[in-house]
Amino acid sequence: MPEALDRMTRFSPTHPPPGEMPRIKTGRIATLLHRNETLRGYLLMSPTLAIMTIGIIIPFIILLVLSFWTRQGFEFDTTLTLTNYRRVASEPIFGALLARSLWISGVATITTVALCYPMAYFVAFHVRRNKMMWLILITLPFWTSYLLRVFAWKVILGYEGVINSALISLGWIEAPLEFLLYSREAVIITLAHAWAAFAILPLYVSLEKIDKSLLEAATDLGDGPVARFFRVTLPLSMPGVIAACFLIFIPTTGDYITPALLGGPDGMMIGNFIQVQFGPVNNWPMGATLSIVLMLWICAIALVFLFVTRKAQERIA
Amino acid sequence: MKATSHLQRPNRSLQVYAAVFLVVLYLPVLLIPLFAFNDSIYVRFPLRGFTTQWFVELWNRQPAWNAFWNSIRVGLTVAVISTVLGIVAAKAITRYRMPGRTALVTFIMMPLVIPGIIFGVALLVLLSRMGVPLSLYTVTLGHLIVCLPFAVATLLPRFEGFDRSMEEASADLGENGWWTFWRVTFPMVFPGVVASLLLTFTISFDEFIMAFFLTGTDPTLPIYIWSQLRFPQQFPSILALASLVLFFSIPLIFIAIWVGRLGVSQSSEGTAES
Amino acid sequence: MTGSSAFISVRSVSKAFGRFLAIDNVSMDIAQGEFFSLLGASGCGKTTLLRMLAGFESTTRGEIFIDGQPMSPVPPHHRPVNMVFQNYAIFPHLNVRDNIAYGLRKQRLPRARRHEMVEEMLELIKLPGFGTRKANELSGGQRQRIALARALILRPKVLLLDEPLGALDKQLREQMQLELRALQRKVGITFVFVTHDQEEALTLSDRIAVMQGGQVLQVDTPAGLYESPNSRSVASFIGNMNFFRGTVRRNGAANAIIETEGLGAIPVPDSRFARPDGAAVQVALRPEKFAISPTKPDAVHAVQGRLANSAYLGERSHFYITIEGRGEPIAVSAPNHNRFVANAGSHAEDTPLWLSWSSDAIVVLDPE
Repeated sequence: MPEALDRMTRFSPTHPPPGEMPRIKTGRIATLLHRNETLRGYLLMSPTLAIMTIGIIIPFIILLVLSFWTRQGFEFDTTLTLTNYRRVASEPIFGALLARSLWISGVATITTVALCYPMAYFVAFHVRRNKMMWLILITLPFWTSYLLRVFAWKVILGYEGVINSALISLGWIEAPLEFLLYSREAVIITLAHAWAAFAILPLYVSLEKIDKSLLEAATDLGDGPVARFFRVTLPLSMPGVIAACFLIFIPTTGDYITPALLGGPDGMMIGNFIQVQFGPVNNWPMGATLSIVLMLWICAIALVFLFVTRKAQERIA
Repeated sequence: MKATSHLQRPNRSLQVYAAVFLVVLYLPVLLIPLFAFNDSIYVRFPLRGFTTQWFVELWNRQPAWNAFWNSIRVGLTVAVISTVLGIVAAKAITRYRMPGRTALVTFIMMPLVIPGIIFGVALLVLLSRMGVPLSLYTVTLGHLIVCLPFAVATLLPRFEGFDRSMEEASADLGENGWWTFWRVTFPMVFPGVVASLLLTFTISFDEFIMAFFLTGTDPTLPIYIWSQLRFPQQFPSILALASLVLFFSIPLIFIAIWVGRLGVSQSSEGTAES
Repeated sequence: MTGSSAFISVRSVSKAFGRFLAIDNVSMDIAQGEFFSLLGASGCGKTTLLRMLAGFESTTRGEIFIDGQPMSPVPPHHRPVNMVFQNYAIFPHLNVRDNIAYGLRKQRLPRARRHEMVEEMLELIKLPGFGTRKANELSGGQRQRIALARALILRPKVLLLDEPLGALDKQLREQMQLELRALQRKVGITFVFVTHDQEEALTLSDRIAVMQGGQVLQVDTPAGLYESPNSRSVASFIGNMNFFRGTVRRNGAANAIIETEGLGAIPVPDSRFARPDGAAVQVALRPEKFAISPTKPDAVHAVQGRLANSAYLGERSHFYITIEGRGEPIAVSAPNHNRFVANAGSHAEDTPLWLSWSSDAIVVLDPE
């Protein structure tokens, strides 16, 4: 051992001998944390979880409780009743609004995914250089203000908006086209435009993952481009299609800005109605009930959709 | 570079589609600055002529400035807090054997897909039951919920991308957790941190629905814009304001995405090499 | 080895990951200044054991002592050990000098002194002038040396090496083996080296622990492991081995005779093993312990067989020879120092030939 030390000091002459290494000192809590990884992990997560609990879990519980209360003048009657839920079930206005919201979101979702698929396909298979540039270019507008993008569509579709004024100044039409603004179609167009990035990304990822040799194999086995697309590419990209549908359908059902700015009375959705309950009508328990019912519908549709696609995929496979 | 394969033959109709797609994607947004410089109170064709009067009018409008500074303050606070929380959460998720990790990640990502209005009203109900008055602080809390998933989603790949043995090497060389974080982890995830700060700031700056329910007397910029949309005579100066917001937020977002991705691809190259 | 001279002492250590027992009641002692290897196939627990020495994994049961101190309450950054990682873990955001000087922060040395120490280390690892290179400008061999320098500059009591040569190509690996051994002699630090490459372990180590399924099968010097393995697993993991069934016969004499399948009676001194009369054993004999000849050799132990298969490998040839009384052919490896062996490939199948061996070459093991 002294010999070994001697050798060591030869290449580092000024080092103190190892005996003077800092003595080991650790507290009991430090030891516990050192030994228990799970505890350390959750300790690190705790601030995030605290915020999420305050911001999501507790509000949801209160929202749920509130939905069983009723309004009494400016106060709440805190006895738990199913009154609000009964009203939602019995009065046709609620059902109609819910159905319209789900319908508009559904059509917007299908439109968006259908329009975005070729674009994602193009970037995945036909762009060779600067793929990242293309992706950034496509997703960039998504990050800008949602309000401003919807506002832009109001400018375009408005009674004296871009399309109408352009068509009039070209002399193609006499009077402005009224159906452009304040209609379901206006809402659907705007939603499809605003949520395109949410569709492009999952579609692109699922297409990019497809092993190119599978496509070559399909060609080799006699499939033309169309048959190859429907027999190989599309089935393999289904996870992306499903993800895209979820990512658009769920948030858009509760959208507020687009129907508020562009929907008019015909394009009003459940989100606007919820806002009205919390705002002008001042019936918070009803608003809470509608929020809960909306959540339940979203869950139910999502589950059915998942179930159907899984069955369909099993059939194919 | 691979030679052009049979499958990658240029497809003319697809190219045209992609071009049209991009034009349609950007056109609405580009119309805003176009009409902001149009010398007419009406937003319609034909264009009347070039003017900067709407910007001058905007410059002199005190409430717009107040709303702007409110948004800046909320945005900076939200960006810093959500990025710090994102770093901590990403580190915990990637570094420790935690039971229920998948459930945790799903939970954090939930606000990405649940309609914002539901979070908005739920928080509103909680705050009013607790007797908390609505203010910029309540807006900040709402924005935190919206921004946290983005911060975590931006930072997670950075933490997953670098080899855990780097931190072990630091511990092995005598540094405790704190110093290891500052000397190894932080420099290596730094591009992700920058990306997260920029993204969360812009999201908060542009966020509407949470602010709509949670704002007190001090409006944020989107709320101010919303309140002015009712008055047609304000339209051109709102267009000017919107142009400015777009003008500054698009480069910010571009840098954020670029920096964020750049780092990830670099680090994965680095590990592939070793 | 006595407890007092043990520098690292692993006492009944177990490690469970959930239900999986990665380390199963392992005990071993490592002396100061020793080059000690943990050898085993992947998943045998060797890396887990190394990481427990470093402090990255806790012990589920048992205790590790280094220089007399129990290690379980000590976090990695306070342990007197340093590690060379399998992928080297060179910090990509720092240059070579800052990588090597990384652990010196706490010593609060003046900058000039720190640079001087780094330069000394760069000399030692034969990379002078590399201080300002970036981490991504280094080759695999250079990374490996820098990882070594980064650990050695802290003068650890123990250096842990996790398959540090695994990522290098064959030629560089052999060169680095020699350098590593020379470096260890020079600095005199205890090395604990993890590898799955038995040849590498034999070349480098003072002693080797052979591990399997989380347990240590045998700890011995390279020659000890090769010449006297204590189990069939060790015998077949290190080198090749022929196994024969045998039975002990003691006719009252001091030395026993083992009745061996195909090989006949082999006398074995009791100093090598002691089993009662009639005990079943395994007799193990390495392929190169056989001599091969076309005619009956002048040896005590010889048996005639027939060639089943052969392969010419340049410096030596391999034969598979069937003998009477044993179904499986015997593997024989012989240096090509005579024409008969060198022409291995040209001998027809079933060519009769003779095998001979000496009785002290055999290893006697308990039956599986």
